[in-house]
Amino acid sequence: MTNPYSFDIASLSVAIPEIFLLSAIVVILLIDLFLTQPFKQVTYYLTQLSLLITAILAFNLIGQPDTIIFSDSFILDKLAAVFKVLMLGAAMVAMVYTRHYLIQHSLFRGEYFILVLLAMLGMMVMVSGYSLLTLYLGLEILSLSLYTLIAIARKRSNAIEAALKYFVLGAIASGLLLYGMSMVYGISGSLNIGEIAQFSSATNLGGREALIINFGLVFLVIGIAFKLGAVPFHMWVPDVYQGAPTATTMFIATVPKIAVVAMLVRILIDGLGAMQLDWQGLFVALSLLSIAIGSLAALMQTNIKRLLAYSTISHIGFIMLGFVTGVIAGYGAAVFYVLAYVIMSLAAFGVIILLNKKGFEAEQISDYKGLNKHAPWFALMLLIVMLSMAGVPPFIGFYAKFFILQQILSAGFVSIAIIAVIFAVISAYYYLKIIKTMYFDVPEEGNTFSISAPMDMQIILSINAVLILVVGLLPNQWLKLALSLF
Amino acid sequence: MENIYLILVLSPLIGAIIAGFFGPLLGRTAVHSITILGVLISTVLAFYVFNHHVLEQGEVFNQNIYTWMQIGNLDVSVGFLVDNLSAIMLLVVSFVSLMVHIYTIGYMADDAGYIKFFSYISLFTFAMFMLVIANNFMQLFFGWEAVGLVSYLLIGFWHHKESATEASLKAFLVNRVGDFGFLLGIGLVFSFSGSLDYSAVFSSLDNALNQQLWGLDLITVICLLLFIGAMGKSAQVPLHVWLPGSMEGPTPISALIHAATMVTAGIFMVSRMSPMFELSDIALTVVMVVGAITALFMGLLGIVQNDIKKVVAYSTLSQLGYMTVALGVSAYSVAIFHLLTHAFFKALLFLCAGSVIVALHHQQDIQKMGGLRKKMPITYWSALVGTLALIGFPGFSGFYSKDMIIEAVNFSQLPYANWVHYAVVAGVFITAFYSLRMFFIVFHGKSRIPPDSAKHLHESPLSITFPLVVLAIPSAIVGYFIIEPILFNGWLEGAITVAPNHTSMTELSHRFQSASAMIFHAVQTPPFWMMIGGIIAAWVFSLYKTQWADWMVQKFRPIYYILESLYGFDRLNEIVFVGTVKKLGNLLWRVSDVGLIDKILVNSSANLIGVIGSVVRKIQTGYVYHYAFFMIFSLLIILTWTLFAGDSPLLEF
Repeated sequence: MTNPYSFDIASLSVAIPEIFLLSAIVVILLIDLFLTQPFKQVTYYLTQLSLLITAILAFNLIGQPDTIIFSDSFILDKLAAVFKVLMLGAAMVAMVYTRHYLIQHSLFRGEYFILVLLAMLGMMVMVSGYSLLTLYLGLEILSLSLYTLIAIARKRSNAIEAALKYFVLGAIASGLLLYGMSMVYGISGSLNIGEIAQFSSATNLGGREALIINFGLVFLVIGIAFKLGAVPFHMWVPDVYQGAPTATTMFIATVPKIAVVAMLVRILIDGLGAMQLDWQGLFVALSLLSIAIGSLAALMQTNIKRLLAYSTISHIGFIMLGFVTGVIAGYGAAVFYVLAYVIMSLAAFGVIILLNKKGFEAEQISDYKGLNKHAPWFALMLLIVMLSMAGVPPFIGFYAKFFILQQILSAGFVSIAIIAVIFAVISAYYYLKIIKTMYFDVPEEGNTFSISAPMDMQIILSINAVLILVVGLLPNQWLKLALSLF
Repeated sequence: MENIYLILVLSPLIGAIIAGFFGPLLGRTAVHSITILGVLISTVLAFYVFNHHVLEQGEVFNQNIYTWMQIGNLDVSVGFLVDNLSAIMLLVVSFVSLMVHIYTIGYMADDAGYIKFFSYISLFTFAMFMLVIANNFMQLFFGWEAVGLVSYLLIGFWHHKESATEASLKAFLVNRVGDFGFLLGIGLVFSFSGSLDYSAVFSSLDNALNQQLWGLDLITVICLLLFIGAMGKSAQVPLHVWLPGSMEGPTPISALIHAATMVTAGIFMVSRMSPMFELSDIALTVVMVVGAITALFMGLLGIVQNDIKKVVAYSTLSQLGYMTVALGVSAYSVAIFHLLTHAFFKALLFLCAGSVIVALHHQQDIQKMGGLRKKMPITYWSALVGTLALIGFPGFSGFYSKDMIIEAVNFSQLPYANWVHYAVVAGVFITAFYSLRMFFIVFHGKSRIPPDSAKHLHESPLSITFPLVVLAIPSAIVGYFIIEPILFNGWLEGAITVAPNHTSMTELSHRFQSASAMIFHAVQTPPFWMMIGGIIAAWVFSLYKTQWADWMVQKFRPIYYILESLYGFDRLNEIVFVGTVKKLGNLLWRVSDVGLIDKILVNSSANLIGVIGSVVRKIQTGYVYHYAFFMIFSLLIILTWTLFAGDSPLLEF
């Protein structure tokens, strides 16, 4: 190991995106302080600009050789660089939708964007974390920003309630995660992912050590499962999704999932990959429970945000199944699924936000009655999203499920695949129900669906939804990309 | 040849795209001309391809046209496999589709969705081509889904009708069940062979021998899963419930999709997979028994129906059952033969029904028809040909194919084959009974048409009667001419594999002398007399002594009730599947949402929606407490499990 108290200045270059983003946050915060209300839009544009520049900086790092800096606690490899670009891209799209929402509900404040940028910084640190502590640090930066993003609608009691719930439960989950980390540290003597990997693959542990590291593993998995929203650590998901302002819900539902998957890869595959057999069974249980409960509970929902919450839980189950396989192709399938999920969720929430009007949230499924009559184009967009989520070819959601099932089957878990498929069939029902509501039901009196969203949002949303079809038709490159990350 | 195949497949797609995107600009005449031209090109080329492959024994064409994605060892391509089987299918599909295109001009003349309809049926034709010409499982599955999709669109075509949208939803959901079985089957195929290409899969079947899954041979499991897919698409019991509902769609698509082509995709698929099915007697027995159940019991339902299209629909179910039986007894070529003749005569019957429906201004109840023979002579004579073909009157095409199925069952060595034999023979009586009953009630007897619509009653226009006549010709004669080559002179050799221990085809070929000898031989066989009995019974009950029918209904009320409630399949689905799932969801919702939260800790969902103030604070504490408790409790269970269970016990299951 190199001397921990000295480092090469040039090695900072691999952390350039993070460094830039942090500086940008400080500058934007200062500028925002001096902006008067009519000019608050400037903060939004600066946010988009800094996200774009950060993304470009991260993009330039793709293809660099793997580098580990900062006393072996920060890694740059292809996974980190690609995930950063994807997260930043998703965040930019999300911000386009967010602006419309915030304006409609008089929530447009500079802090919102600052907090989003901070959350992004946290996630980028998570993606590059190569020590348990860095990972934890990133996770906490993310979580604290998210709590505040929910509570930003401070006049709404249900938003405050959701924020508090998420905060308290998130704190418990963080505690569990930290506890797990301490156990792993206690046995292996290191926080560094690489050293933990060496330790766990080399040593034949005695009974007691094996038990402790297994317990540590359980705590780590639970911490990750909570952040992903997997059953039985999912209780916060529906309440937070419903209670939070829709823009925040969209953010929570999309970008952090990428980061948490990266953390999962770092800890469970890069670090404890040698113990794959020990966490595999746990993953099977969590993912099947998630798929089952996500699919069944969604059937009864009348609130579309709550429905999407349960749908997320079931998607998370599929993603986790990819990690059950223990082979690179399976991990690649899981990453592809995450990508598909993020694109679909962004489009779904995009349509929900699009239909928001001053003081009106299109939250109930019945609000979508006869959408096709008044806004056929966006009804078509939501149709694409729903069909894709239901797993109908040729949309991206079909491939996501298909690749996972294929890997599960070739790993020999036939029963698991069948259970997953049965619930996928059941979940098709509620996606179809939304389609039916949009296309065949008569709109309620006075509901006119006037679309007040600016043109940029309409265009981005259309591209977003069409992407679901396009990637579905040409999944090859995306899957290759996902596979090349491991 | 590659270009010819490409043009054959793509020209309906081009027609569909032009009609779909530019239709409103072009106007009705241009749209139907373009789409019909597209299908006409396909039909002409299909004749050419048929001639090249089947008659001149051209070489089998098996090539990948376009590599779509390549992931590790998974190679997904668009490829064409043109052998005699696909050449025959291409011809049938394009020919029937062409007739239906022409027919649609007259049938949909007054419909606002005229242009959309043409675009859909051309798209369907393209998808069906892709399905039959596929050389790999992935493309097969895609064609499979695409024809399904167009089928739902067309079932719900008149979406202002509540029943139509419900029927399309039902078709979609039932087919999902089949599709996922199919998909799992494909996944297992890939897992043992490492490829999705037909030829690669069939040549690596040895890998799968002697492998076990759930106490069955791996091959058996794969075949059963694939067959579940076929059951969905080809509407076999118990996945048949969507087909009668699909009659909500316009009649031309009932003829094209729900009688002649799409529903036979399952039959085609199993024939394609014959090298696999031949390795599993268990799977074949299941196929045969399911087919027999469908053939017999769905035919019985045709007797009590009064909707003209429903009668033909149940007859389709029953005939699909016959084809499935033929697959089960390893007589794949007979199944394809029946598929072919059935495509002609059933499309014909549907189009006749449509002609009657149009003439009576969308009246579908046969009890309100009668005596149409004089008013609609062309329709009458075509329907007579179709009916005689359907019931297997000696000499007509249906006679040859159905008789061969019955004979093949007779020679089968599979368990339960004797029972299946009784079922298919009894089915002949039933087929004759319901077909002639409908025929007599609609075309003979006294007119029960209300006088105001009777006044305007006249024969349908040329665009409707022309396809009827063109379809009537093959319905009558095609069987006589092709029975020998298709079954015994190797039209399908190479495309279909039959294991040496399944002897029904060889036995058949020993017995077979000539097509004309079969006619004379027919009078000595039970099926012929069953058919005659059915005709007489139909005549008695529907023309001679109609009151006897009522008397029978009175006397056998329980049986009539069972038939009228369609054996309760819909009810069963409603209760078992829809009900259980709803209950489960409800239960979860009650336990997690209402039970844990609302009841114990005051109404929280309602609070989330907007109860403000002190109540909120109270709930928050308890609420989170409960969630936290749940988390810790789960943690405890997992830790206990880790402590005692050791290495991942779940993976064993």
